[in-house]
Amino acid sequence: MTKTDWPAQIFDVLRAQGITQVCHVPDAGHDRLITLCNAQNDMAVTTLTTEEEGVGLLAGAWLGGERGALLMQSSGVGNTINALALPAACQMPLLTIVSMRGEWGEGNPWQYPAGQGAPKALEAMGVAVFRANNAEDVAETVEAASKIAFSSNKQTAVLLSQRLIGAKSF
Amino acid sequence: MAGQLHRRDVVAALLAPRTPDTLVIAGLGSSAWDVTASGDSDRNFCLVGGMGLTAIIGLGLARTQPNKNVLVITGDGDMLMGMGSLATVANVAPRNLSICVLDNELFGETGGQPTHTAGVTDLAAIAKGAGIPLTSTVRTEGELKTIVGSVHNEAGPQFHAIKIMHEELDSPKPPLDGGYTKDRFRIALLGEAAAVGGFRG
Repeated sequence: MTKTDWPAQIFDVLRAQGITQVCHVPDAGHDRLITLCNAQNDMAVTTLTTEEEGVGLLAGAWLGGERGALLMQSSGVGNTINALALPAACQMPLLTIVSMRGEWGEGNPWQYPAGQGAPKALEAMGVAVFRANNAEDVAETVEAASKIAFSSNKQTAVLLSQRLIGAKSF
Repeated sequence: MAGQLHRRDVVAALLAPRTPDTLVIAGLGSSAWDVTASGDSDRNFCLVGGMGLTAIIGLGLARTQPNKNVLVITGDGDMLMGMGSLATVANVAPRNLSICVLDNELFGETGGQPTHTAGVTDLAAIAKGAGIPLTSTVRTEGELKTIVGSVHNEAGPQFHAIKIMHEELDSPKPPLDGGYTKDRFRIALLGEAAAVGGFRG
């Protein structure tokens, strides 16, 4: 059985959804997707100093007429909390793809609090949370979240399970 | 040292040369009131929240509208909260983005508590260190005139810390409904279809 190349599938979904702005605080789980985006000339990729910048950057991009996606690790979700008021108050779309830590087989205890809290924090701020546990589900989950975000001016997050990415041991 | 310039005069001077190709992002609080006092515009996006995000919103807009001149006008408290964004701005280096900080060295909306710029912090030096090529600290009418010309005529990214005095002024409010402000801005920039969900600009 060939292994599903889900990062490449996410890339294809982002392209098909017309997403031209990608920003990130990098994570190993997003490394291949970031590399694919960097290689695409008509995608603008921005490295951020903190995840909340991504919420602001994509709000500005939406004001300018372009769709974007924010890639981050679960530990970055907490950094975005107050910033999430911006797309909520302004009824702007937001698509974020979160690679999860602090759950399946996590070896670093410092990752647990933010990993376990990430989906609750997102939901508390009104973000619709979707989760992909299996490689086969990733593409259609990202596509579903993207459609909701951009057709309904809604904030959505896709959580990529640590089981999918692989536990990191320390 | 606290400034001597009047904030409403500064903002009026910054906006006087604006054209339909000038897009303004105003930071929450007094900066948004100042920009509104100079005339409400469908090409203004005034924040009433989102502290720390004003400059990076300007970056997102500048990246997607390279033929428009994007002007961020915000306060020292907002800029201090988003200092990392200066590094992001500098590395993207959009030629069409200017950030002007109205620096009264205090948190004006919350009782006038001193900010870090009242102490030892130099915002223009931070912007320069972040890698923004054109930076200044403005204290006089003459220096203000120079940077007004720079903001409207010279390539960015540029950053100007404008030292203003503390004043108790009226608060002309921009529209507080963010959904309305966003749609109004997008329609002005992108056309009527931009109000419809799912529009791809």
